[in-house]
Amino acid sequence: MSDTLLVEPSAVSPTQRVVGGLLRSREIAVGAVLVLVVVLTTIKNPNFLFSSDGWRDLLLSPSLLLLLAVGQTVVIITRNVDLSVGSILGLTAYFTGKLFVDHPGLPIWVVFLAGTAMGALLGLVNGALVAFGKVPALVITLGTLYIYRGIFLSWAGSDRINAGDMPSDFLALGTKTILTIPVLTIIGFVVLAAVGYYLYTARGGRELYAIGSDPDAAVLYGLPTRTRVLSAFVLCGALAGLAGVVYAARYGTVSSGAGYGMELQAVGAAVIGGVAIFGGSGTVWGAAIGAFLLVTINRALPVVGISDFWQRAVVGALIIAAIVLDRVFSAREERRLVAARDEMRKS
Amino acid sequence: MKIRNGRLSALAALALAASMALTACGSDSEGGSDSGDGGGGAAAITMLPKNLGNPYFDTSTAGAEKAADEFGGSIDEVGPDAASPDAQVPFINTAAQQGVDALIVSANDPEALCDALDEASSAGVKVVTFDSDTNPECRDLYINQATAEGIAKSQVDLIAEQIGDAGEIAILSAAANATNQNAWIEMMETELEANHPDIELVDTVYGDDDDQTSFDKTAALLQSHPNLKGIISPTTVGIAAAARYLSTSEYKGNVALTGLGTPNQMRDYVKDGTVEAFALWNPGDLGYLAAFAAQALVDGDISGEEGDTFEAGDLGEFTVGADGVVLLGEPFVFNADNIDDFDF
Amino acid sequence: MTSATLDRSASRTYPAYSRPLWRRALFTREFAVIALLIAVLFYSNANVPNFDSPLTMYYLFLDIAPILLIALPMTMIIITGEIDLSVASVVGLSSVLVGVLHQDAGMSIPVAGAVAILVGAVCGAFNGFLVAYVGLPSLAVTIGTLALYRGIAVGLLGTKAVTDFPEKWTDLAKERITEGSSYPMILVPFLVLAIVFVALLHFSPFGRGVYEIGLNDEAAHFSGVDVERTKFWLFVMAGAVSAFAGIYYTLRFGSARGDNATGLELQVIAAVLLGGVSIFGGRGALHGVLAGAVLIGVISSAMRLESYTVNVINIVIGTLLVLSVMSTSLLAWVQGQLARRRVSHSSETGQRRQAAAATDSTNER
Repeated sequence: MSDTLLVEPSAVSPTQRVVGGLLRSREIAVGAVLVLVVVLTTIKNPNFLFSSDGWRDLLLSPSLLLLLAVGQTVVIITRNVDLSVGSILGLTAYFTGKLFVDHPGLPIWVVFLAGTAMGALLGLVNGALVAFGKVPALVITLGTLYIYRGIFLSWAGSDRINAGDMPSDFLALGTKTILTIPVLTIIGFVVLAAVGYYLYTARGGRELYAIGSDPDAAVLYGLPTRTRVLSAFVLCGALAGLAGVVYAARYGTVSSGAGYGMELQAVGAAVIGGVAIFGGSGTVWGAAIGAFLLVTINRALPVVGISDFWQRAVVGALIIAAIVLDRVFSAREERRLVAARDEMRKS
Repeated sequence: MKIRNGRLSALAALALAASMALTACGSDSEGGSDSGDGGGGAAAITMLPKNLGNPYFDTSTAGAEKAADEFGGSIDEVGPDAASPDAQVPFINTAAQQGVDALIVSANDPEALCDALDEASSAGVKVVTFDSDTNPECRDLYINQATAEGIAKSQVDLIAEQIGDAGEIAILSAAANATNQNAWIEMMETELEANHPDIELVDTVYGDDDDQTSFDKTAALLQSHPNLKGIISPTTVGIAAAARYLSTSEYKGNVALTGLGTPNQMRDYVKDGTVEAFALWNPGDLGYLAAFAAQALVDGDISGEEGDTFEAGDLGEFTVGADGVVLLGEPFVFNADNIDDFDF
Repeated sequence: MTSATLDRSASRTYPAYSRPLWRRALFTREFAVIALLIAVLFYSNANVPNFDSPLTMYYLFLDIAPILLIALPMTMIIITGEIDLSVASVVGLSSVLVGVLHQDAGMSIPVAGAVAILVGAVCGAFNGFLVAYVGLPSLAVTIGTLALYRGIAVGLLGTKAVTDFPEKWTDLAKERITEGSSYPMILVPFLVLAIVFVALLHFSPFGRGVYEIGLNDEAAHFSGVDVERTKFWLFVMAGAVSAFAGIYYTLRFGSARGDNATGLELQVIAAVLLGGVSIFGGRGALHGVLAGAVLIGVISSAMRLESYTVNVINIVIGTLLVLSVMSTSLLAWVQGQLARRRVSHSSETGQRRQAAAATDSTNER
């Protein structure tokens, strides 16, 4: 027992393995498409990349969706989904503006913290209902999508937040750059790196994958599924809350439309980035690249000269293409594995 | 087990019914609007803007409420959360059922609301449109903020002055189907062709009266047209979003921006030099006038015929023009010198 | 497998059902929704001003007709454990097609409508092909086609809105069944479709197959249900019915626009789930769904009459949706606690204990 390994170590050399893995990886594929889009658009119009605004917007615009997609990925990995992120974003964006109006002297980091906490609280409601109510996340978050947006609209009523209501230091964050990289993007990247690292290495992160792969097995194995799912929703809510603060800083005004329809974009970004909708597989890196690709395509189309009315069609086609390709690759992979197994049995 | 499940479902039904009863009970206090008393006196008016949470309409509703206080009527503001005609129709139907005395609407589509408005009219509701009109036969009166020609001309003149009457310009509009924006854009094109041959309109994009979309569309405009000299945004949401983008970009000061905006939203951008001047009427006055016009219709003082005149409180006397249009006035131009005199 | 097994009826000593028919019909999730609907109707009639006017029902059904229509195929799709988020986009696309074909290609409304329904069926077939034959998750596929179909609709029309429809047809969309009745004409095609779908789902082998697929598609496959074909046709039906709803939408508002019916998919799904259909598939019935759709309509209508605006209505409907799904699991949990206590109180043998455990695990589904 102690001497025999259940799994043979791979015969392939580590370098070959890494290179092969990279070539097959979904992240690289989507990343390549992203680079292609940027290059083609830049050839058409150099301003897209080489003007200082172009470079900044290229990095800055996706930061919002990036945060949502990272949170969404963590939830999807556990075989759940959170449709309420758009409403959470709207609600916290308004909350942020309201904080500045009611407490003008508040330090900015406190506001960031408060917004994130507010989002986490809303996520906690989702998570508690899903984990303890044993009801499907799709239904619960569809309900809270309506509820949170309704609360947002009733609360906001007629006073909306104008740029003048928020301190200029906070608004400057929306465009401030460090070494030409926008601060909001850096926030997004830090979050991405932290969540990605956690999912990849930490026990808790791996357990999320286990729960998503087979919830029943995870229970039988003794994993704390409830707490894990709950914390996935809290994290997702917190990131949506953070995105709400980022929204306020970037757009400067918060009106009733804030975050409307963002939930499907977030799910779309994750799906494009190779996160399986049935949980258990996918990385936040992929989702992040997916978010960049979605936003960048949206920005590139008018530059290339495609009327903005067709943008949604292109995005839809892209999502379909991504999942179909995914399927084709995984089917090939499966065939290969089956062949390898048969080979092994024979020998 | 099955039996027990059945009992459970019945319990579930009770629990749900109870929860509903509770939510429904909360609604008692509001009561219905006093309908049916018709005739003179306190008119019950429903105000239906394009969408809720839009500062422009918040101001106009406030104006209408002020007017209602003066003549002793009541204003109920209802509306959808997104600016689309199909979402407005149920609210028009409801107003017809409630038998309110008058309905003041800003239409998201000139045609789609017509049937619902017709039904409301035949139920005895006086229909007044403001800000954005429907087809003339679907309403009694249209309170026009300014003539389309006047608005288009003032916008074009402002941008021509700011860019030296030559170069590329673009338009950032509201929703692609918005009645009034499309009418103004058409007029602007005519005006440009006739009087400003050196200005070329290169693109028209639609921000859907959404901050984020308008903001992103501005960014795209500036990148796809590197030689752009100016942007006209004839919508309050659009101009604020465009100003916000411009104020933080390398184009600030190089690309002129004008359009229709509210002073409170634009104050910072006028002061920091992003925007030189922009135009608007007072949306509060617009709502105020619409409420008085509705009251006059309800009282039977006017019938919407050309030549009818009515008193509108502080604003004085107004005359109904052709097609049942009442004109508020000409747009007012705001700039760094006068913007601090206004608060709306 | 011998003929001896065939005369089972003679040796059977237990009744076919443990409960009489009326209890089986009344104590169900569906009936709970119907009861709630009746309660809300009575309450509104008594307390909401103007709710009892004949116009209420007329407007109500005009408003919810698209939801009622699309809920029919959507129920079946959700019972198989799939979902279709693209229905509202198909409504928009069909609306635009009717407008474009009528105005630019000069087709009459019935021809343009037929083409639109055909295109709707093709849209559904595309979804169905990807889900059933390629084996992709329907949630992801239909999020993609939600954007795709809407994008085509918006792209085709751009800034324009086609509003030039013959009055004969726009009037038909708003016609009452009989003069002065409070039920609009659209209920006639709806009732026909409803009868077809009820027959299909509840009284046909195809329908039994739908439930089987939802409970366990592998088992369904082995018991002879053609899983792929069933799913494929369900999506085709959803596309065609959505396209029909799109034609109604266009004629009712007399306006074909790319953004017509945005967000309708969530309302349809909310109605279906409120009506007692499990999102995991395998359980649900059409009468509950239809009651759910009407319930949402009645609540919005009553609240609008009370001058509530859309945000409060959204909060109530969202809460109702969450409560309705929570109620079953909440009560199951309570029941589980009770059962456990009962077991520990009595000094029964392990057999009883086992039975209780079985009850627990079933309820947790």
